[in-house]
Amino acid sequence: MRLFFGSCFTLVLAAVVGLGATWLTLTRGVAFGALNLGAWTAWPKSGSVDIDPYARAIISRTGQLPIGTGDGVAFYARRDDAGNAFDGRCTFVISGSTPAARYWTLTLYDTEGRPVANTIERHGFTSAEIVRETDGRFTISVAPRARPGNWLPTGGIEQFVLVWRLYDTPIGVATRTAKAGPMPAVARKDCS
Amino acid sequence: MIRLLLWILGAVLLGGIVHLSTVLAMPQTAKQDAYSRLAPLTPVNAVAVLPPPTAKASLMPFMDPAFAVAVCRYDISSGPLKFKAPVSQAYTSVTFYTRKSVAYYAINDRAAGRRSIELDLMTAEQHAQMPAEEDVTAADRLIIESPTTTGLILLRTLAPEPGLMPMARRALGGAQCHLEEAQ
Repeated sequence: MRLFFGSCFTLVLAAVVGLGATWLTLTRGVAFGALNLGAWTAWPKSGSVDIDPYARAIISRTGQLPIGTGDGVAFYARRDDAGNAFDGRCTFVISGSTPAARYWTLTLYDTEGRPVANTIERHGFTSAEIVRETDGRFTISVAPRARPGNWLPTGGIEQFVLVWRLYDTPIGVATRTAKAGPMPAVARKDCS
Repeated sequence: MIRLLLWILGAVLLGGIVHLSTVLAMPQTAKQDAYSRLAPLTPVNAVAVLPPPTAKASLMPFMDPAFAVAVCRYDISSGPLKFKAPVSQAYTSVTFYTRKSVAYYAINDRAAGRRSIELDLMTAEQHAQMPAEEDVTAADRLIIESPTTTGLILLRTLAPEPGLMPMARRALGGAQCHLEEAQ
């Protein structure tokens, strides 16, 4: 009898531990080979056949197609440099410059990876349309209400994700440190 | 007490096996991966232009809205495939994915170095069967080996500003994707 209860207990606990760990890693986005530059994180290997099993499980579960290594690299940010989570009711200011790339795009998504509805139908910027200072640096205001200059509307949603994609860039699998690619700084300003 | 600890240790070990096998099995069992999402909307071995992602409807998560995207859902079980795409003024890239969304090859317009990107897609077996002399004369043809017989080719053209999106979408219209003997 004791053996029976013992095995039942073990099997149930094993299922909870195993499936719980799988659920946690797939929803939290755990993957190996992350490249962290400031608030930005990329997984350059996800765009090649060297993709790790966790990243493979995530992309097949969510239905996304990772950006290919010969195409570019995608950096994700969910928090600012100080660790504040991106809240669409607050203003975040992105400033600085980007690593070398022929083009880049910055896009704002909800947590499910959909663009966010807003009145001016702006979901992001490309390197070609951004308004820059004379020294080539730029400032982007990610805010719920209109701002002068480069305004990226949040639509006032609770949580958002920013994705910075560099196309035709030397940044990739071989990049190890921030020296190769200084990514723009992200800071929270006021919240409404 | 020791007995209980042993049961728990066994459960954790077994849980680890469950965890690893579910992670590894995920790509095989996922019903909503990119290929499955595109299958009802796109023809086989032909180019289909995808609708832009909007807040209401996005075919796949985390699509770049600055790009016009076309897809060729291929099946090369009966022979090699020819893919040709004109290069736009801004930036064009072609990425090859297996049936399970692994990006195994990507090239951009600069790396292709011509006015159009021309690629031959075949399995390793079909590549091995190609006559040797043809391989030599075709040195300027890019031959890509697909690890699977089905998969996706994604053609993406950048619209540097929203006003240029119609032009980027028009550029996709010139793309071709067909089996070799179909010519």
